[in-house]
Amino acid sequence: MPDRPIAVAMSGGVDSSTVAALLVRQGQSVVGLTMQLWNQRRLPELSSDSPSRSGRCCSLDDVYDARRVAEQIGIPYYVVNFEEQFEERVVRPFVAEYLAGRTPVPCTLCNNDIKFDRFLELADSVGAERIATGHYARIGYCEASGRYQLRRAVDSAKDQTYFLFGLTQPQLARTLFPLGELTKPQVRELACSLDLPVAAKNDSQEICFVPNGDYAGFLLAYLKEAGAALPPNYGEIVSENGTTLGQHQGVHHFTVGQRRGLGIATGEPLYVIATDARSQRVVVGGNDALLRDRFFAASVNWISIEPHSQPVRAQVKIRNKHLAAPAWIYPSPSLDRAEVVFDEPQRAVTPGQGAVFYQDDLVLGGGWIE
Amino acid sequence: MLGTRLIKWPLVQHIYFDHNATTPLDPEVFQTVVACLDQSYGNASSIHFFGQLAKQRLEAARRQLAALIHAAPPQIVFTGGGTESDNLAVLGVARAASGHRHVITTAIEHPAVLSACAQLEREGVAVTRLRVGAAGVVDPDHVRAAISSATVLISVMHANNELGTVQPIAEIARIAREAGVPLHVDGVQALGKIPVDIAALGVDLYSMSAHKLYAPKGVGALYVRKGVHLKPLTFGGHHERDRRPGTENVPGIAGFGAAAEIAAERLQFEATRIAALRDRLEASILARIPGTGVNGAASPRTPNTTNIYFDGVDGEALVIALDLRGFAVSTGSACSSGAVTPSHVLTAIGLSAQRARASIRFSLGTSNTTEQIDALVTAIEASVAHLRRISVHA
Repeated sequence: MPDRPIAVAMSGGVDSSTVAALLVRQGQSVVGLTMQLWNQRRLPELSSDSPSRSGRCCSLDDVYDARRVAEQIGIPYYVVNFEEQFEERVVRPFVAEYLAGRTPVPCTLCNNDIKFDRFLELADSVGAERIATGHYARIGYCEASGRYQLRRAVDSAKDQTYFLFGLTQPQLARTLFPLGELTKPQVRELACSLDLPVAAKNDSQEICFVPNGDYAGFLLAYLKEAGAALPPNYGEIVSENGTTLGQHQGVHHFTVGQRRGLGIATGEPLYVIATDARSQRVVVGGNDALLRDRFFAASVNWISIEPHSQPVRAQVKIRNKHLAAPAWIYPSPSLDRAEVVFDEPQRAVTPGQGAVFYQDDLVLGGGWIE
Repeated sequence: MLGTRLIKWPLVQHIYFDHNATTPLDPEVFQTVVACLDQSYGNASSIHFFGQLAKQRLEAARRQLAALIHAAPPQIVFTGGGTESDNLAVLGVARAASGHRHVITTAIEHPAVLSACAQLEREGVAVTRLRVGAAGVVDPDHVRAAISSATVLISVMHANNELGTVQPIAEIARIAREAGVPLHVDGVQALGKIPVDIAALGVDLYSMSAHKLYAPKGVGALYVRKGVHLKPLTFGGHHERDRRPGTENVPGIAGFGAAAEIAAERLQFEATRIAALRDRLEASILARIPGTGVNGAASPRTPNTTNIYFDGVDGEALVIALDLRGFAVSTGSACSSGAVTPSHVLTAIGLSAQRARASIRFSLGTSNTTEQIDALVTAIEASVAHLRRISVHA
């Protein structure tokens, strides 16, 4: 190839399509690549009449859209099969986490292991130096520290840094997030002005391989297909002091903070405050019982600052929709684990979710809630 | 929409080495098709002048194709393509039989045969899929051993699409005839590449496809020996001797006929020329790139096909890298999205999943030249070196 192209991860949605078109307009040489991650024809019982079949990742409609955009902007385009890697690195851990009574974040795993690691390898193989994606986030470089820094997107409603806390310096060095400085309405406007056929397409919402957000249904269908043992479908709902309040159909139906689906009528609203896969007990309590002021984060990845053992002042976000709350972070001597202590107790600290450390719009790093 | 096109693909010349997927249209065939579209627009079933003109074109094509395979013209049924021909043969013969039914095929057939057999299984027919050895060739003794009193059909391909390996059809036909079982041969990848003599082979049904023969897509044919019972798949008028209803695609069929005539004239010469190019390609790759080898090399093969593994390289990545350099080759079989799935053929000849993923198919054709082969080898050498270098860091 004459000059080294940029590899754009194209999903067929408006964001990644706009990224590809923008780079072409800037005169860059671009190769469009779609990672085929999941065969939507698998587990047919889940998707038989789901209206949202298109718009989920890797549906034929999305590949069709991506191909159409590539044709219109005149770039080479390929679909590459990553189904095996996706299943091994994302789907199986997702299922295992749920069975262990935690609430996983598959998108972060996918970003770390597939959308960046594997995609960078793919970029290498087509001779591309850099990659670009449609994520809403910003990357900067700090001369003083010599580190690439991750920042929140300008559009705070679309900011996706919560799912990007696992990114490494070598990954950031090669990545472009052209949408980080734009708001979603601006991106749509741009897509319109570039005449992109996907300009008005709906945003994808849910986890791509789980139709209609039905995790429990996916779990059962997946285990059945694999011929694996199904999780217990009976357990007790107990109060904090151990009184049995009712029964449930398996802890994988519950997540910390959940209120619906308990089937218990009491005066005050009850919430799940813990689940235990081993005893199949779901512990419930009032809203106050959900409040916690500290937790440990495992597999901590420091992005924008050098890892060190001094306490760090930050705002910490414990799920995607959580408003980051002020806290002190106390790194363990090994630096890959940390205790997070909030100034004010926070609601529903959920094992398995990510905890991301911010200083204003700077992403310091993050880890997995133990 | 075209007006908004901002830049084109990187400016490279694209060269085609994927003739087993499909072939470009021969210029003479193109002229035939266009003339037919323009002038012979009648319905071949009509009584009047226009109908007769179309009918003449249709029957001329039938004679041309019959001549290529040394068959009688009435035994040729035109279809909508190779897949339809395979389906008509496999489903048509099995469904015409009654009682306890059994079908024998091989593990390396095209999906058009394998999926039709899977459908028969759903209809209560027993199916045996014979294994092949590392050579990619089915053992006739295995066919003999698999035959039972319930066997109603044997279906074996003539040449394999991914390896080019040629199956011992004449020998299998003898075994089938002795047992009184009809033999269907998927000849899609053999027609025009190696001589096909239906009478000498002794087969009962033979599938063909126009677009592998420098003719248009959407046209196929099935040779059906007289006396073979065949249940139709679709229902309508009395076209093609009640075997394939529907107004005939006369321009496409005329193109198929023209292509058959050209193939009959040039096959010997072209086969020799293309085999020399293929051998040059193989020899250069094996000599210049370590960690390579030819899959199925020990067997007789069609002259245009070679399937080569490049250890330590992901075949899909190599296909993309070569495409970006302007060379069209292929790997495995593409699924509906365009992504590649591991090849059932390469797995069937005993390749590890890793080596199957590292394999590339090159299939040459009439337009290829020595210069193109040499340019291809240089590009492969560079791409493989690059891919191996980066996979060290990965």
